[in-house]
Amino acid sequence: MSRRAFVLRGLALLLFVAFVTAPQLFAFVFEPLAANRAPAIYNQGSLLALTLSHLRTVALATLASTVLAVALGILVTRPWGQEFLPLSRAIVNIGQTFPPVAVLAIAVPLVGFGEKPAFIALFLYGLLPIFENTLTGLTGVSPQTLEAAKGMGLNARQRLLQVELPLALPVILAGIRLSVIISLGTATIGSTVAAKGLGEVIIAGLQSNNLAFVLQGGLVVALMAVLIHDGLGLAERMAARKPGRHGGEAA
Amino acid sequence: MASLRASLSLDRVGAVIAVLIGVALTAAPFVTYRANRIVAGEGRMLADALPPAGVAAVVLAAIAAAACAALIRRPAIRLAAAALGLCAVFPAVGVSAGFVAPAGNGFARVSPALGFWLLALAFALLAADALMRLRLGPWVRLAALAAAGAAIALLLLSGAWADLSLMKEYAGRAESFWREARQHLWLALGSTGVACLVGLPLGMLGHRIRRLRTALLQVLNIVQTIPSIALFGILIAPLGYLAAHVPLAAALGIRGIGAAPAFVALFLYSLLPVVANTITGLGQVPAAVTDAARGMGMSARQRLVEVELPLALPVILAGIRIALVQNLGMATIAALIGGGGFGTFVFQGIGQTAIDLVLLGAIPTVALSFAAAILLDALIDLTQRGAHDRD
Repeated sequence: MSRRAFVLRGLALLLFVAFVTAPQLFAFVFEPLAANRAPAIYNQGSLLALTLSHLRTVALATLASTVLAVALGILVTRPWGQEFLPLSRAIVNIGQTFPPVAVLAIAVPLVGFGEKPAFIALFLYGLLPIFENTLTGLTGVSPQTLEAAKGMGLNARQRLLQVELPLALPVILAGIRLSVIISLGTATIGSTVAAKGLGEVIIAGLQSNNLAFVLQGGLVVALMAVLIHDGLGLAERMAARKPGRHGGEAA
Repeated sequence: MASLRASLSLDRVGAVIAVLIGVALTAAPFVTYRANRIVAGEGRMLADALPPAGVAAVVLAAIAAAACAALIRRPAIRLAAAALGLCAVFPAVGVSAGFVAPAGNGFARVSPALGFWLLALAFALLAADALMRLRLGPWVRLAALAAAGAAIALLLLSGAWADLSLMKEYAGRAESFWREARQHLWLALGSTGVACLVGLPLGMLGHRIRRLRTALLQVLNIVQTIPSIALFGILIAPLGYLAAHVPLAAALGIRGIGAAPAFVALFLYSLLPVVANTITGLGQVPAAVTDAARGMGMSARQRLVEVELPLALPVILAGIRIALVQNLGMATIAALIGGGGFGTFVFQGIGQTAIDLVLLGAIPTVALSFAAAILLDALIDLTQRGAHDRD
């Protein structure tokens, strides 16, 4: 990573933390946008609290979908689950044509308003990229590698834990990253069903015709998404480097 | 020997589907009855939801499909069984609506319940599994899509579903439904079209100029990470300014709130898949092929139009597929900023806790994305085949 990129990232992070903890400092930026002496900074709740609950919903949903999607991905790539592979591929393809809003909207009548429908929508929609990437990662392990592992006397469980999963990890992480980014956006829409999150700020702005609210809500979510996207990308590159290094030592 | 044993043994996927069908028949209500549009509903099991002959027909079709799923391996037969199940259960839920609601009660609402959805899911899974195993060619897939569309149109036009709550919601809004449908299509298709017009040349430039490529992909990647509702909202500001200060923009119907920011946002989102895939597709053209074209005396323009673009076409189309499917879904958010589209019904429905109104917006959206995905997948297969023929 070049030094300039590093400094840029640090500045973005600093700006983000400063804005959510002390938004009033930035009031002068948004004042020109707030017409008719409307407040320039969101005043119906703390930005920090909204940001945290936004992050919490996304984190919990992603965790749940990661556990299930990786487990399912492992299941359908084992010999006794192989029959489910074509069907699960089809489900993933079909599932991805479902817009997140539709999932969210259909969940509301089933579980009521609040965090629950948002959690369900994020969980279900987050499954797809992780499952797909788990499949890609696990089926992408070369047969020679698996033969070699078998030749070394590793049993099926050891092969999975010590060979297949570590090799598939970068691809799985890429799926998790995609899932988190989609969830961050979908969680914003979650505010239309009364889930606590940064969407509240944007929607309050849209309802009262206050562009200052819309912009600051949008900027916080966007900045957060870019930072998380970047951070997880970093984690992926580290994970991708690790197996290579081990291979180097072994050779 | 092996094939005989395989053809008689229990199919694992089929067994799961059979269990699903069993649960749907015995443990879940088939329809929900509500005294009016928004009160809580009560479930009706299959036996109470249809006249005896109807119950018998649905149960027989479901058991036949379950048996085929679990025991028979030939994909064609499994597909037929799934079609039989779907043909039984879809009209049945319409009949049930007329049967459950008291005669002459205009307020009563009947909606499909968990049992119906599970049955439909089980048959759809069975059909999807069979179709995957049949490995149909692109033309057959398109024909299947057309047949499914015709069957749905027949079901809706025949009035078999007229008593269902979903269709009652539609009947009250038929005019605005088609207006929003046009708006939705215009937003999604128009923005994807403009993205192709801009993205293809950008991608070609990016393929030639390495520095432009890196910068372009970096910027477009960042745009992609901005959540949709935020981008829609952020665009209100510049477009509002444009409308207030440039008379021509205002005359063209550009406003801060409404379809314009939605269109621009969708356009920006669809640029990444189009540009990235154009660059990837052109990059994959083997150097030997371009060298041969050069040796034949083709100019740079001829090489691009006659050799590189045709060879890159499947990859470019894959990018357009991603953009289109994504935009068809994301256009629902346009309703939040007054941009119209099917999202109007989704968000109205959320506001009124009326699930059928939500479905009136969500089902066409999903159907459109699904159809677009199948259509473009078939197109990709066709161009791939064309590229190989030319080899």
